[in-house]
Parts: sequence; C-alpha cells; structure tokens
Amino acid sequence: MVEIIGTILPPVVIVLMAVGLFFMLAGAAGLLRFPDFYTRLHATGKCDTLGEVLIIFGLLLYHFFIYSPGAELSVKLVPVKLLFLIAFIFLANPTATHAIMKAAYNTGVKPWKKGDARM
Amino acid sequence: MSAGKGFGILVTFCAMFLFWLLLSGYIITEQGKLDVFHVGAGVISSAIVALISHDLLVKEKGEKMLSKSFRFLVYLVWELWQIVLANFDVAYRVLHPKMPIDPLIIDFETPLRSDFALVTLANSITLTPGTITISVDPEKGKFLVHAIAKKPADALLVDKTMQKKVAEVYMVG
Repeated sequence: MVEIIGTILPPVVIVLMAVGLFFMLAGAAGLLRFPDFYTRLHATGKCDTLGEVLIIFGLLLYHFFIYSPGAELSVKLVPVKLLFLIAFIFLANPTATHAIMKAAYNTGVKPWKKGDARM
Repeated sequence: MSAGKGFGILVTFCAMFLFWLLLSGYIITEQGKLDVFHVGAGVISSAIVALISHDLLVKEKGEKMLSKSFRFLVYLVWELWQIVLANFDVAYRVLHPKMPIDPLIIDFETPLRSDFALVTLANSITLTPGTITISVDPEKGKFLVHAIAKKPADALLVDKTMQKKVAEVYMVG
C-alpha cells in the first residue's frame, strides 16, 4: 500500500500544480487581453481562485502522504490548516470580486459593448 | 428542530474549541499526559467567545437546520464540479485568438429571502465563470448580474439550473 501511494502520488501532485499554474497564467493573460474593467475582473477574479485552490490542494496531498507520516502532531495538523485556507479562498475571493464590481457600477464606470474601442 | 439560546451557545462553544484544538496541535505533551495548560486555555477562550458572540453564528429562529445543512453539503459537491468545468470555458475565451466575448448586463428575480440563501446564490454566480453578481436587493430578491457572453447569461436566465439547485437546499420542507 505504501509503495502504491509512493509511486502514484508525486505525478498526481505535479499534474494538480501544473493545471493550477495554467489557470493562473490564463488569468494573467486575461488581465492583459480583455478590453474593459468588468471583463478584466471576470478573468482575474475567477481563474485566480481555481488556480490557487488547485496548487494548495496539491501541496496538501504531498504533505499528508509523503512528508508528515512519522512526525509529531503539530506537523501532522498542517493539512487541516490548508483545508481551512481553501475554504477561506472559496468564500473571500468571489465576495471581494463582487464588492469591486459593485463599487465600479455605482460610480458609473461604463461597460464595454462588442465593437467599441478598448477602454 | 429550531434553535434556542442555550443550543446556540453550545454549538458555538463546540465549533470554537474544535478550531482551537485543530489549529494549535497541543493536546498531549511529550511525556504522554494531557496538556492541561493549552487545552484549559482553549476551554476558557472558547467559553468566553461563545457567551459573547453566539448569536452571530447560530440564528435564534432557524428552522430545520440539520436537513438544510445536509442538503447544503450535497449542493457544495455539485458546485465544485461546476466551477472546475466552467473555468476551462473562461480559459478558452482568454486564450482563443479571436477572444469571443460579448458582455451584457442582465437582471432577474428569485423567491429566496434569507441571508444565507442569497449569499450562497450570489457567491455561486460569481464563482462559475461567465457571470459576476453586481448587486442584490434583499427585499425583492432581485439580482443584477454582469455576463461575459450570451451562453452563460442564458444558463442563468433561461435554464435557471443554479436557482433551482439553491432553492432545493433552502426552501423545500
């Protein structure tokens, strides 16, 4: 059982972190390419959330299965703190994105329609 | 089962104490005995917090909390899968050479009224790419939403899958 985990887990962790990295890059590319404030907020507020969660989840799996067996309790509890972090990111990122967009809408930033110039 | 005052204090105390134990890790000393100092400090701190702020966490008049919490967990699993699927859609829109976006602002009404239900729906709309909640009117249940293309906007206006799933959690029974 330990050998199965030891051989399957590192590729799984690498795939998770690579996909997370891909989403972070897509969010950054969207920040540069999109033409107005609201669409740029779409790209970063959402791709960044999933990218961060995937990277932290990969770290959690590695720590739980490969790094922490045989250590003391404070080290074994680090995956629990990472789970709290994932829950917090899923709650806080969309709320912050919504708050920024609400402030822009109430201040009068104009949305972009197809065919306009880049704002 | 509805929540009374003592029940609220008990639930808050248990949640705070569980957080204390999980975040500190100091339960048993190296000699193998119970670590009275740290666990005792946890009990005192959790009790003070529970006595002062229990009505923030557990509402006094909640009904059928247990079945709602269970249905909420089931909804959460479906939601996580939708997030992963739809994030690939927004990455596709970003990296495509023609960048197929066509933003529009839509609004709709829902029959949900409680704080928890409105927040769940607003966060779900913001998390699934294609739409972001701009504002929520809690008295009439009106949502103002910015959509990035026609397809995510139609999924909210015409299919209404997300509204149906959230209504199943909070309004049935």
